[in-house]
Amino acid sequence: MIGETRDLSSAELVAEATALFADGFRLALVAGFDDERGLRVTYSFLAATNRRFELRVALDARTRRGTSLAGVSFPASRFERELFDLYGVEPAGHPQRRPLVRHAHWPEGYHPMAAGAGPAPALSDDGGYAFIAVEGPGVYEIPVGPVHAGLIEPGHFRFSVVGETILKMKARLWFTHKGIERLVEGKSIDEVLVVAERISGDSAVAHGLAFARGVEDALGIAVDHGVEARRAVALELERLYNHVGDLGALANDVGFGLAQARALTLREQLLRLNERVSGHRLLRGVVTVGGARLLDVPTTFELDEIETRVAELTTMTLAQSIVVDRFTGTGVLSLDAVRELGVVGLAARASGLDLDARRDHPIEGVEVAPTILATGGDVLARYHVRRDEVATSLSTLREAAAGAGAYHLSSASGSGAGLGVVEGWRGPVVHRVEIVEGRVTRLKVVDPSFLNWPALAVALADTIVPDFPLVNKSFNLSYAGNDL
Amino acid sequence: MNLASLLTGATQLALVVLGGPLLLGLMRTVRSRLEGRDGPPVSQPWRDIAKLAHKQRTRPNESSWIFPAAPLVLVATAATVAVLAPLATLTPPLSASTDFIAVIFVLLVGSVSLALAALDTGTAFGGMGASRALTIGALVEPALLVAVLALSLPLHSTNLIAIVAEGSAHASVLVGPSHLLALGSFVVVILAESGRLPVDNPSTHLELTMIYEALILEYSGPDLALVTLGESMRLAIWFGLFVNLVAPWGIATHAGALAILLGVLAVALKVALAGVAVALFEVTTAKLRLFRLPELLAGGFILALLGVVTGAVMR
Repeated sequence: MIGETRDLSSAELVAEATALFADGFRLALVAGFDDERGLRVTYSFLAATNRRFELRVALDARTRRGTSLAGVSFPASRFERELFDLYGVEPAGHPQRRPLVRHAHWPEGYHPMAAGAGPAPALSDDGGYAFIAVEGPGVYEIPVGPVHAGLIEPGHFRFSVVGETILKMKARLWFTHKGIERLVEGKSIDEVLVVAERISGDSAVAHGLAFARGVEDALGIAVDHGVEARRAVALELERLYNHVGDLGALANDVGFGLAQARALTLREQLLRLNERVSGHRLLRGVVTVGGARLLDVPTTFELDEIETRVAELTTMTLAQSIVVDRFTGTGVLSLDAVRELGVVGLAARASGLDLDARRDHPIEGVEVAPTILATGGDVLARYHVRRDEVATSLSTLREAAAGAGAYHLSSASGSGAGLGVVEGWRGPVVHRVEIVEGRVTRLKVVDPSFLNWPALAVALADTIVPDFPLVNKSFNLSYAGNDL
Repeated sequence: MNLASLLTGATQLALVVLGGPLLLGLMRTVRSRLEGRDGPPVSQPWRDIAKLAHKQRTRPNESSWIFPAAPLVLVATAATVAVLAPLATLTPPLSASTDFIAVIFVLLVGSVSLALAALDTGTAFGGMGASRALTIGALVEPALLVAVLALSLPLHSTNLIAIVAEGSAHASVLVGPSHLLALGSFVVVILAESGRLPVDNPSTHLELTMIYEALILEYSGPDLALVTLGESMRLAIWFGLFVNLVAPWGIATHAGALAILLGVLAVALKVALAGVAVALFEVTTAKLRLFRLPELLAGGFILALLGVVTGAVMR
């Protein structure tokens, strides 16, 4: 369910949003619409115990002026920059409406999601991007990317540095902007599900499930408890292989290759388990609208073996004093910063913010695992959260009442709007789906990476340049999921 | 200098040139096996060098003559030391005047030329790498020089050949506290100078964390082949000097063909063992935070200083 909705005028927006924030809501998603029903913006708010609230604001399609929530919410300020680049909606009162999605080679005034924008025009010359220059004696810039050494997604990082200390880091993303939201318009539900599973390759289940839940919500499809149990199994398997991969990668980034080698072996074991359980190493195809398909379930023996080996891995890593020294106090993200920036998911929990969509938006028939919290907000805390979440995922899998089987809803049709919320391994994945007679007319996707990228720059304050890769890896944010 | 000493010099040079890349390959293989991987064959660095030699060369637009000259200087300085140092034999050319400090400074010319070339590229990474490498260099050199002082105390001479010969002739020198402390300092110095863990991670792809790798990011093709060769030669030389200071057994004491052959085999075996030992150590350790490195290097300096003090007191 989208929850309670309220239609507002621009003038009422700030006061209404402020009241919702005071009531414990967070702004989870902002979606623009520009179609025959006019130009409008919806603001989806979420809070614990599955409270949902949506504010809807209709705007004048000619002046395209909206009101900025930047003064009360940092995530809103970034949603508004996205909204300007894609729809040309001018957020009145926005303090820094710099381009976010738009790269300089997009023609001036081209807003791809606006009505009648047409196909993408030819790219013009790259006019560059105005990075804020930090000046002072001994300050120099290090540009990194978008092409990196190693298999890393494209992103450009601009460091302003004195000696080795980072004064400012600006991440320039959206190199992999694919126009997914436009691509899925008018497609059938099953076609869009295929796209949703590919939004971020490492979160196939989270995105697939968020979309499926959005559709089920929109069309009022009731989902069987057995189906939800199977979905939960897939979601935890996804968390497992990603967390285990990160536990190794974090050690590798401080030169402890032995842990990385062990973790990669373990990750491969998990991917093969995924293949046996779902027929796909990255668990694609498990979730369907109203259904779920599992070929098999993990055995207790397998889960016990994985638990032992993960415990060996983390014990070995944390017994290495150099590793602990590198992790401790590096890339600290304070709880205040987490609250102010609207950070979600694993990174928020590592700084002590108790936020977990599995508990806050529970699903009937799925046991809620205890939420893992850490304090400190440094690389070590994020390592600990991953380690402990592996343990809770394993116990969730052990207790899961899921059996192998497939249930597929033969046909989903109808119209409506719905919101799907899923706690993926990075954090909450939110899809807002609008369907008209079985066709998806609008899909807005928020990957936790979108909300968490600004936190990386904040966590880098007082960090030294050679520690950046480690801090970056400890967040391990998605570029594809962010850029859409 | 006669024909015999020229031949021994050529033998040592061939040994270092051929053996350097193999030493690198051996260390990588040991590491791979310990991590449960097959890893590339020991000859992989040689294959890389052969491949790179045939590739196109690119050079930064803004660079001057320093950039192409640096790999040549690196290889030339390493080759000079390979000829003159007591690796397989105590009778290399010019043995009467092979000063330990001179050897160190010839090698230093190689490292400084790479740092200059990195600055010459005009890129942020070049400058960053040069700054880090020279910072470490400035911390390593005092430790190294004081270690040399400790080693030179028994003979009152910094002649490298004489120091090794003394150890070879009187095993008691090798277990003296001053000698051992100096060699402890030497271990730290070698790990730092050759960019091994815990100082630098030679196998990382993370450009922002690099120290020595950042210096050579812009090199490609034959230039990179020379840099790879030069760096592996230096690694072999550092290890060769170290093993002969620790255990100069088997080193040829005269210019006979058989003695030199045995000397070659002995030093190759000892260096290989040292390579395996360092690889073993590297697997079990991680990379220190950059700002912690001065502590490690200061530790090396203290060891060397203690070596000098004990050496002076015990006389």
